[in-house]
Amino acid sequence: MSALLTLKDVWVEYGDRIVLEKVNLDVAAGSFVSVVGPSGAGKSTFLRVILGQEQATRGTITLDGAPLPPECGPDRGVVFQKYSVFPHLTVLGNVVFGLECTQAPLLARLFGARRKAAEAEASEMLEAVGLKDSMHLYPAQMSGGMQQRLAIAQALIKRPRILLLDEPFGALDPGIRADMHTLITRLWRQYELTVIMVTHDIREAFSLGTRVLALDKRRHDPHAPHRYGATAVYDLPLTKPAPVEPEAPVAQGAAA
Amino acid sequence: MRWVNRHIGRRQAFGLGAIPIGLLTIGYLVASAQRHAANPADKILPLPSAMGTAIWKMMQQPDVLSSNLVFWADTLASLQRLGLGLGIATLMALLVGLLLGVLPPVRAMFGPLVTGIAVIPPIALLPILFIALGLGETAKVALIVIGIAPVMVRDVAGHVGALPREQIVKAQTLGAGSWQIMLRVALPQALPRLLVALKLALGPAWVFLISAEAIASDVGLGYRIFLVRRYLAMDVIIPYVAWIALLAIVMDVALSKLSTRAFPWAHGAAH
Repeated sequence: MSALLTLKDVWVEYGDRIVLEKVNLDVAAGSFVSVVGPSGAGKSTFLRVILGQEQATRGTITLDGAPLPPECGPDRGVVFQKYSVFPHLTVLGNVVFGLECTQAPLLARLFGARRKAAEAEASEMLEAVGLKDSMHLYPAQMSGGMQQRLAIAQALIKRPRILLLDEPFGALDPGIRADMHTLITRLWRQYELTVIMVTHDIREAFSLGTRVLALDKRRHDPHAPHRYGATAVYDLPLTKPAPVEPEAPVAQGAAA
Repeated sequence: MRWVNRHIGRRQAFGLGAIPIGLLTIGYLVASAQRHAANPADKILPLPSAMGTAIWKMMQQPDVLSSNLVFWADTLASLQRLGLGLGIATLMALLVGLLLGVLPPVRAMFGPLVTGIAVIPPIALLPILFIALGLGETAKVALIVIGIAPVMVRDVAGHVGALPREQIVKAQTLGAGSWQIMLRVALPQALPRLLVALKLALGPAWVFLISAEAIASDVGLGYRIFLVRRYLAMDVIIPYVAWIALLAIVMDVALSKLSTRAFPWAHGAAH
């Protein structure tokens, strides 16, 4: 498999604080990479650098062989733990928004037949995440799990090259989390996604990922803890059974 | 039961709210009656009947000089100034607030200027306005705008700037550029806040309107109050003040209603 995303010698520093050091990584197309690590190990920074929200101080990141532009773009979709959906748009409006942005540069709104087409595409996507019946609700009227489903649909409508998940299920209760695991696994297979997911739930990391990456500091200076950054200390490829029919919930997300 | 846990029903709330207002009214009536018992020509605390007659006359009988119905001419003139001032300030707040809130370069360039203007007491600028713009309508409207716009601009800019960064990032991953983010993400979320800012600006706007009218005008609610003060005409002043209060309350309620109607998502949209 060819590498879709490549990080070469990536460092992230804030002033004299080093967050990430010497991260080298090849992410193959179609893989599901889980990123785990202790709090403050730079998991979220790692994700934000790939997202383009933050810049690497050193090193290069290439997507499909081309260097990443220094800002976020539609080639990388994202689902955050919170605030991923627009509170002022309905469920349908949230998903259609992505289509409107590209198709209507000036007004960012579609009308008539083009709007119909966009809404049809959006409702198909909403059906895939199980929100078909909630299309006209506002996010505030929905549960946390439903909001995350919406955030996923919203990201997927742009067919991103890579989908970044920042503790997407961290705020959900265990039952809902199991449902979401099934959903994301199904979508990953159905849309042949490449996913990078940051999580603090080790079980979730192993049950969903095809590869688990553990970020941590290799060295620790007790007098200047900020001078060493984190890097991938473990990189475990997991062999998974070949994709079969939608399987049962992979694991209980709750601590065992 | 602790007072913090007391639940007040609708009817009870109405009754409780009426008590202090009722007491004040009764207190006034008693004091007024006492003064009139001592001196039937008392002007300081007029009886309701005197106020009614005075205001009725101003509503019904054309003025000898201008042949206007004074009360209505005053109301119209004041509302016109107030409306213009509020309208211009609201538009400015929306436009400048959005630009300042969404675009960091604009904020860096104009933020200090807006802050600087906001800390100047507007009344101190009144002489400058009268000198620069004359004693006409422009200066009065300008005073209202200068008085309330900077605060509203800062409020809207602050609110837009405080939108979760995640939303702005998410919009970009959905293909939106600066303009589209401003139009579709920031603008709609700024509108409910704009209405709140407008509501809070109503009070100061009335203050600036009445100040401007008191100093240089020939018609208007504020002008009339300050004019009849010379004759101790409390029978006109009190109804005028009550009328201003009523207008202000109506505007306040109308803005609240408008906000819940137009932006249900901002009001916890029926859980």
